[in-house]
Amino acid sequence: MREVAVIGTGLVSFGEMWSKSLRQMWTEAALNALEDAGVDSVGFMTIGCMSSGLFTGQEHLVSLLTDEIGMSGVPAMRVESACASGGLALRAGLAEVASGMCDVALVTGVEKMTDVDGSDATYALGTAADQDWEGFHGITFPGLYAMLARVHMQQNGTTIEQLARVAVKNHANGLLNAHAQFHLKVSVDDVLSSTLVADPLHLLDCSPITDGAAAVVIASVDRAKELAGNRPIVRITGSGMATDTISLANRRDLGELTAVRLAGERAYEMAGRSPRDIHVAEVHDCFTIAEIMATEALGFFERGAGGDAVERGLTALGGKIPVNPSGGLKSKGHPVGATGVAQIVELATQLRGEAGQRQVEGARVGLAQNMGGSGGSSVVHILEVK
Amino acid sequence: MFSPARAWREFPQRYRLEATTCDDCDTVLYPPRLVCPSCGGRDFTDVTLPRDGTVLTFTVVRVPPAGFTEQTPLPIALVELENGARVMVQIGDVDDPESVEIGMPVRLEFRRISWDGEAGVIFYGHKAVPA
Repeated sequence: MREVAVIGTGLVSFGEMWSKSLRQMWTEAALNALEDAGVDSVGFMTIGCMSSGLFTGQEHLVSLLTDEIGMSGVPAMRVESACASGGLALRAGLAEVASGMCDVALVTGVEKMTDVDGSDATYALGTAADQDWEGFHGITFPGLYAMLARVHMQQNGTTIEQLARVAVKNHANGLLNAHAQFHLKVSVDDVLSSTLVADPLHLLDCSPITDGAAAVVIASVDRAKELAGNRPIVRITGSGMATDTISLANRRDLGELTAVRLAGERAYEMAGRSPRDIHVAEVHDCFTIAEIMATEALGFFERGAGGDAVERGLTALGGKIPVNPSGGLKSKGHPVGATGVAQIVELATQLRGEAGQRQVEGARVGLAQNMGGSGGSSVVHILEVK
Repeated sequence: MFSPARAWREFPQRYRLEATTCDDCDTVLYPPRLVCPSCGGRDFTDVTLPRDGTVLTFTVVRVPPAGFTEQTPLPIALVELENGARVMVQIGDVDDPESVEIGMPVRLEFRRISWDGEAGVIFYGHKAVPA
């Protein structure tokens, strides 16, 4: 396999973008990435998207979007793994470039979530759970993560204040990110006094409904060297993916996110890295408990110690291992298919030293963890600059 | 909402709690499958799920999905039954949803789960009630 690098990144601002369609947001993000990379053509394209059909009534995105950007004819692949679609889209593009099938690929993610009302959006997201044996009984995604939170609290003494501190931290980081959906300082009291969505999770423990798109251009390292100019080359050194059961009822261990652990182990092995080598991480904080459990599964902290770690500030900017400097899904927003690619945009920005006020000083090795459903799939990537 | 055919084909599991056990490793499969997820076995014996179990974890859904707005707040639990099978079910017959707790003994009872408007399918299945 050839070494592959991220050579360009592009985003659109996340939020409730009433004036923008799926194709418009996607094209803006893709154009931004191509411009940043300094290329005007690619040999392959991947599109991470969870459910454009349910959210907008539109499928067949490969045809729609290659046309929209004036690249009809280019081979393209839509990738779906619920909220891990974006991370998996990177892995699909990585395989294409690493194998030599093409030299330059455009990896994208998109979700337009506000063209349906909240009830239909909840339904669409719910299709990432087992519809026959979970959804049938009225459980929601916050409900599934609430069940995991309950187990974590019982096994480890994790508190609702510790959960709230994830939201406090990520909203504080989001204040420093111009592209974030929310620029909102929140306190532990704000979180705990927000509406209960599914006990013990409050509204401010949950990521929002978001429109957004993100894109990166990846290329062989040889090609990247031609295009890099004075900027550091951001190599993709590790990629791991794992699946787990879709329903919680079939999970043997409710106290860890097994797919995250396995995806992490695979990515570390490929990169020849260990958790203590990571300087900055973007993890999938769809709910506050998810960040705590992910930081444990990725080996940043011992199992059960994730709540204590956030309380001690170990995951804050300036902490031992800054987690979600972008604001995470919590504050930056969670356009589900775009999220995994947006994480790569943030890591590349950090590793290039271009993250401004939220820059993690000296960051040379970064990790992104993206997750589908209640942990039924996860994708981990490790990016590095020399 | 599920179509009548989709509701109908799941009657054996939803109405009668029909399951199977793997002949090779005794894992209980609910609903039945063609391949045992634990050992890969393909030979099974029919069983009926026991009705008694305990709450492994739970939540109270306060922002419900479509079809459940009249039942909110909605306590839902992951219940481990006496033979080790685990089921996701609503908790019924509790006046105070805060009274549910991990380890609580429960028993499955046949109940109406949801309904698709005035003229649509009524979905039945099992809920867990305090034992």
